[in-house]
Amino acid sequence: MGKVYRTKSAEETEALGEALGRRLVSGDLVLLYGDLGTGKTTFVKGLARGLGVPEETYVVSPSFALINEYEGRVPLYHVDLYRLLPEEVEDLGLWDLLSRGVMVVEWAERLEDAPPPRFRVHFVYLSADEREISLEGEMDDDKIRPLRKGPDRDEVPPSPESGAEDL
Amino acid sequence: MLVLGIESSCDETAVAVVEVGKKGLSVRSSLVASQVAFHRPFGGIVPEIASRKHVEVIYALCQEALREARVELSAIDLLAVTNGPGLVGSLVVGVSFAKALAYGLNKSLSPVDHVKAHSLAIFLEKPIEFPFISLVVSGGHTALFLVKSPTEHYLLGQTRDDAAGEAFDKVAKLLDLGYPGGPLISRLAETGEASKIDLPRPMLDSPDLDFSFSGLKTAVLNLVRSGRAFMVHDLCAAFETAVCEVLMEKSRRALKQLGLKRLVVSGGVAANRRLRESFAKLAETEGLEVYFPPPVYCTDNAAMVAIAGYYEFMAGNTADLKLDVYARSQFPRYPG
Repeated sequence: MGKVYRTKSAEETEALGEALGRRLVSGDLVLLYGDLGTGKTTFVKGLARGLGVPEETYVVSPSFALINEYEGRVPLYHVDLYRLLPEEVEDLGLWDLLSRGVMVVEWAERLEDAPPPRFRVHFVYLSADEREISLEGEMDDDKIRPLRKGPDRDEVPPSPESGAEDL
Repeated sequence: MLVLGIESSCDETAVAVVEVGKKGLSVRSSLVASQVAFHRPFGGIVPEIASRKHVEVIYALCQEALREARVELSAIDLLAVTNGPGLVGSLVVGVSFAKALAYGLNKSLSPVDHVKAHSLAIFLEKPIEFPFISLVVSGGHTALFLVKSPTEHYLLGQTRDDAAGEAFDKVAKLLDLGYPGGPLISRLAETGEASKIDLPRPMLDSPDLDFSFSGLKTAVLNLVRSGRAFMVHDLCAAFETAVCEVLMEKSRRALKQLGLKRLVVSGGVAANRRLRESFAKLAETEGLEVYFPPPVYCTDNAAMVAIAGYYEFMAGNTADLKLDVYARSQFPRYPG
């Protein structure tokens, strides 16, 4: 079941996104739902930081570009379906990109068909500063740790680090 | 020299034939798929939805552009194509098409940056002197450049969230005005009073030349949600004024910082009337030269790609068959 957060500023929304970004691994799909001005792009700014996209890289709205790419510890594909009709989404060929990195999709309401997402996030406007953000998805770090690389795979992996307590 | 320009960086497929000669420059044809009701081999008009399907329209559009220019394909001297920034899947269509033509015709191919092409669109109307400051403002871009020569652009500032044109579009949506948002807001704004509603001027306190328009969108959302009574045309006027003031003030600062007097404003939002009038006023009071390309070359088109490609060619920048596309521009920052 989902967890519901109430953020009191854009900074808090960004921090929540960052905490989620730290847990994502290549191949993860995150679907965002919610109206204009409810904090989706702000959330993705944080998510990008959590994925290691450097501070000096501006994470901007992809509403017109449709797909923005960023270099983090894995590539981030920031998608926005705002301007598209459901039947046009198919032309984007989104799912070919999914295996190459993390994909976060704004206006996921426009998707008719999608691979199973790792997280679904719903955004609701409460007041000028407050947003309700509900997160649906598996949050247990032990189950979602990426595979280790290198010969020490049999070693006990390190315990989940910072960020776990934020969520 | 006859240049065939090809553009497919995002929504629009566009093809143009531009002639550059000793006597000057002439746009022989400039077609944009979504605006042309040309007939495909199997008949019918290309609907707007198909404008995303560059593959389906690019060949017919190219033939139509040549026909309108009264030029044989074999007479083309140079191919110019946008290879970034944009949607990789869309860019690849134009680039592959251009490569094939260049190979088949045994002519040079010049790669063009879409944003640079916007800056140079003014040259389709008249030549201006370098260096100048360029403000590119559209649905997908809002950025200030120092343009030292046709091929040298230095980034001075850019939006940190939404582009100005996107803000127009989204505010129109928040007010249930419809699409496209820019022209609708402008029309309502004509009869509105900007002073009746107080909106923020984002980033004016910040010393850099960056922009931010997301907060302005949120301010409109907050007003709509607050239940306070307001007149829509007043809000449109207030919003348009806020956007114009920010764009103008940052451009003014860029000119001052670089000690320049020449400014070029291009991109889809440069077709906005209030923006043109505000900048014209600024030019008068501050003794500046402000240039706007004709509106038809402000929005995405391939004539600007052809002229930018011509300059790339003259600077020795041609591509081979390995030419790749890129999603994001990497302009050098100024000062370095």
